[in-house]
Amino acid sequence: MIPNILSFIVFLPVVGMFIVLLLPREKKTAIKVVSAVFTGLQIVLAWQIYVNFDTNTTSMQFVEQVKWIESFNIWYFVGIDGLSVSMVLLTALLSFIAIIASWNIDKAVKAYFALFLLLDAGMMGVFVALDFFLFYIFWEVMLLPMYFLIGIWGGPRREYAAIKFFLYTLLGSVLMLLALLVLYFNVKDPVTGGHTFNMLHMMDQANHTGILNQFNIRLLVYAALFIGFAIKVPIFPFHTWLPDAHVEAPTPISVILAGVLLKMGTYGMLRISFPILPDAMKWEPFLYGFVTLAVINIVYGSLCAMAQSDLKKLVAYSSIGHMGVVLLGMAGLTSLGMNGAVLQMFNHGIVSGMLFLLVGVIYDRAHHREIDGFGGLASQMPIYTGIASLAFFANLGLPGLNNFISEAFSFLGAFGSEAFNLKVFTIIGTLGIILTAGYMLWTLQRVFFGPLNPKYVNMPEVNTRELITLVPLGVLVIVLGVYPNLVLNLLEVSLNNLVQTVLNAPSVLLGMQ
Amino acid sequence: MEFGHYLQINLASLPYFIPELILVGTLLLLIIVDLVLKDKPSAGWLSLIALSGVIIALIAVIGQYDLGTRSLFNGVLVLDHFSLFFKVLFLAAAALAILFTMASIELAGRPVGEYYTLLITLVLGMFLMAASTNLIMIYISIELVSITSFVLAAYIKRATRSSEAGLKYAIYGAFSSGLMLYGFSWLYGLTGTLDLYQLARSLSEVASQNPLAIFLSVLFILAGFGYKIAAVPFHFWAPDVYEGAPTPMTAFFSVGPKAAGFALLIRFFVSGMAQPSLVESSMWQAIGDIHWPQLLAVISAATMTLGNLIALVQNNVKRLLAYSSIAHAGYALMGTVVLTQEGYFATLFYLVAYYLMNMGAFLVVIVFQDLIGSEKIDDYRGLGYRAPIAAIAMGIFLFSLTGLPPTVGFIGKFYLFAALIKAGEAYYWLAIVGVLNSVISLYYYVKIMKYMFLDRPAEEKAGALPVTLSMNLMLVVLMVPIILFGLYWAPLQEFTRNSIQFFTGTF
Repeated sequence: MIPNILSFIVFLPVVGMFIVLLLPREKKTAIKVVSAVFTGLQIVLAWQIYVNFDTNTTSMQFVEQVKWIESFNIWYFVGIDGLSVSMVLLTALLSFIAIIASWNIDKAVKAYFALFLLLDAGMMGVFVALDFFLFYIFWEVMLLPMYFLIGIWGGPRREYAAIKFFLYTLLGSVLMLLALLVLYFNVKDPVTGGHTFNMLHMMDQANHTGILNQFNIRLLVYAALFIGFAIKVPIFPFHTWLPDAHVEAPTPISVILAGVLLKMGTYGMLRISFPILPDAMKWEPFLYGFVTLAVINIVYGSLCAMAQSDLKKLVAYSSIGHMGVVLLGMAGLTSLGMNGAVLQMFNHGIVSGMLFLLVGVIYDRAHHREIDGFGGLASQMPIYTGIASLAFFANLGLPGLNNFISEAFSFLGAFGSEAFNLKVFTIIGTLGIILTAGYMLWTLQRVFFGPLNPKYVNMPEVNTRELITLVPLGVLVIVLGVYPNLVLNLLEVSLNNLVQTVLNAPSVLLGMQ
Repeated sequence: MEFGHYLQINLASLPYFIPELILVGTLLLLIIVDLVLKDKPSAGWLSLIALSGVIIALIAVIGQYDLGTRSLFNGVLVLDHFSLFFKVLFLAAAALAILFTMASIELAGRPVGEYYTLLITLVLGMFLMAASTNLIMIYISIELVSITSFVLAAYIKRATRSSEAGLKYAIYGAFSSGLMLYGFSWLYGLTGTLDLYQLARSLSEVASQNPLAIFLSVLFILAGFGYKIAAVPFHFWAPDVYEGAPTPMTAFFSVGPKAAGFALLIRFFVSGMAQPSLVESSMWQAIGDIHWPQLLAVISAATMTLGNLIALVQNNVKRLLAYSSIAHAGYALMGTVVLTQEGYFATLFYLVAYYLMNMGAFLVVIVFQDLIGSEKIDDYRGLGYRAPIAAIAMGIFLFSLTGLPPTVGFIGKFYLFAALIKAGEAYYWLAIVGVLNSVISLYYYVKIMKYMFLDRPAEEKAGALPVTLSMNLMLVVLMVPIILFGLYWAPLQEFTRNSIQFFTGTF
């Protein structure tokens, strides 16, 4: 067991970044290899964490706590529980895969990999931070590399997409900053009695003082946090940055965007909003509003996906729909739904990553992504078609593949919720499954079957490097479809505890004031 | 006997006036050397004298930190940590302005003797602004700063742009200081005193009888202060002056006189218009419930919003930074609204952050102006590939100006918002206006980034630009503390916190 393993996993990419920056810019291969080595090491560390993770405790593990800024009681405080460990594993895996998928980047290689590694560090940091200030720093640090990665290496409308992404997410995070400050000044450190950014202290309702005992302020803080996270998820109507960003981003960045960044929204809700302000979360207008948005996400996202002619845009809208399922699963506050939701976060990371990689493969060959511009690829690229079918079926929730379990859990959990009546919402939400099946199968048919488009008779089959990125994800799709406990075991104890905490919190603290 | 008594006090004050005397000495020396070396190339020597004068004054100022607080020259000036903080900031800004001037080709070949003399006079004026506790002294120090600024703005004699800048500066300056003086006369008429501390004492009485008159006089006085910090609606001069003045001077104007304006504004309101709160020791309250904090809040919101919105449509980088600096005055004002230690601390901290990042941004403008002869955003196309260090430095300065971590600009904004939030729900609206403004500002800062990095340079001018070593060195010197203080700002915080120590009067 390596000491300070979380610091290593967060800051390894930063070390990698500096090495990349020191290399001369002509040494493209060396830069790529260094990046692959450092993200590879991250996977080794992630594996160590996975092996050593204690699945029987609700407390934070691998904790490191060092004072950072004395006078403001800011700590470098990291640790993980079941919720974050799954995201750490996902981030490590997808970062490595995205580096491999970036191998054919040829423009300003040094800058690309340096920025990517910085992004990687930021993402890891978000998932391990337990000090709200630290969390915020990591959250913001991601914006900058993301802007450049989309803006410099993206498609034709990259500048528009990059600035839109930047503005939307910054809008969300500044609201979060204000919420963070209200929390800071009204949560007391149980030890010193001063103010605190410690998330664990914030979760303990007994530490809430001052105006945080006024229900309307709690609602206000919750709303500010919600908008911040909702933009990231993205929840309708804050979703419009996503299709643009995805379409313009280079393939590996789309993988990261869909696989990891979207999860931060729901992660933030589960880590911060729900446990810190459970009564606001359970306030019926908010809760039913939340569920309504979740259902809109599912149905609207799926319908939009169906209407797309651009394959990448289709996958992007499909993500909006799938994140809706996560939201629905969370909202019911049942153990089943919560586990399903977080498992769905993990699974969606894998499947959407795969889908974006697959889109990248044909885009590299055909230089367009028009669904109707292909046809009959199955005869030309049988291996590719096989892998694509696997991902498509996983995405539509075929039993035996990973998404099925998590979607079923999410829907069942929401349907069976005792705290709230979400039956109608769930029933409407399940429409999404049918719609998804519809557009995925329709796409499969248009791209792969039918007569071969004569333009693509010489389309080369998927190559080894592409296989390296696709196969591990494909294997996980099957393995987690058959044996989801590999991930569920990690989640269960922590998430059940979260559900209980939120459920047991008094519905309206100190009454309406 | 009266006279002798005052003379004695004045003489006794001189030992506490050494940094100012050093500046006076420096400017006399500059004039003499300039005269002696009349026809010989003297720019190097003059720069050296000005720079050493500033550095020696800086050492002297730092030495004064142990002297404690005291009233000087029969109560017209004070020596306290608050004024020392600003003096350090002014000298640091002046030192950079001199270095920028030395490294830039904009002023090469022009006589710099008067230029440096005026600059040092300006610094002297700002010293007095930061330390004044008497209405007349406030007025004189503001005028000293203003009049030298007019001349400096118009320094490039044959350039119409520069002359226009000088004239606009002068007209707006005359107008607003007239208003301010009028406000002072009301206060004097109402209270019969020019001393800030006596003003505070008599005000509680007068305010209850005549709150409107006091409020109006505050309004007039704010015209003068608002002009100095370029707050809406007294900001009209700033873009033209910033665009027209020699760029090293623009960099200095955007930081030095603005900070001096803040020093004056804070001191005037804390010492003259507020009293320590009875409820909490780290707070003040407005005397007689005159609504000047609310007035400041409105000015703050208007200043940042207007500055940011107009900056959105600029396509000259100097003008863009001018509007951005208006917006930053709005941010910094947020800290003065809540009348708490935290608020003033936040404003001061923000001014330091602003000094680093704004000076840096202007330095990059100087670099590119020298090399491509333009300050149009369009011409910044692809500079990220032609001058990577300068462009990356610009990136860091701009992200810091936006307030993104891990930069000191973020920490500065964080403290400002923290001060507002801590003060309670009354100013939540201002905090929300503030954060939304940060989002707006991102758009135009990123626009510069977009041209530099996202766009490729045109084919015919794709070659690397020869940025001089001294420029690169200065860029790094400004870039490093921005990141460093963004990650660990405790030392800067200590320094600033020690500076919230006002001279509280002799009663």
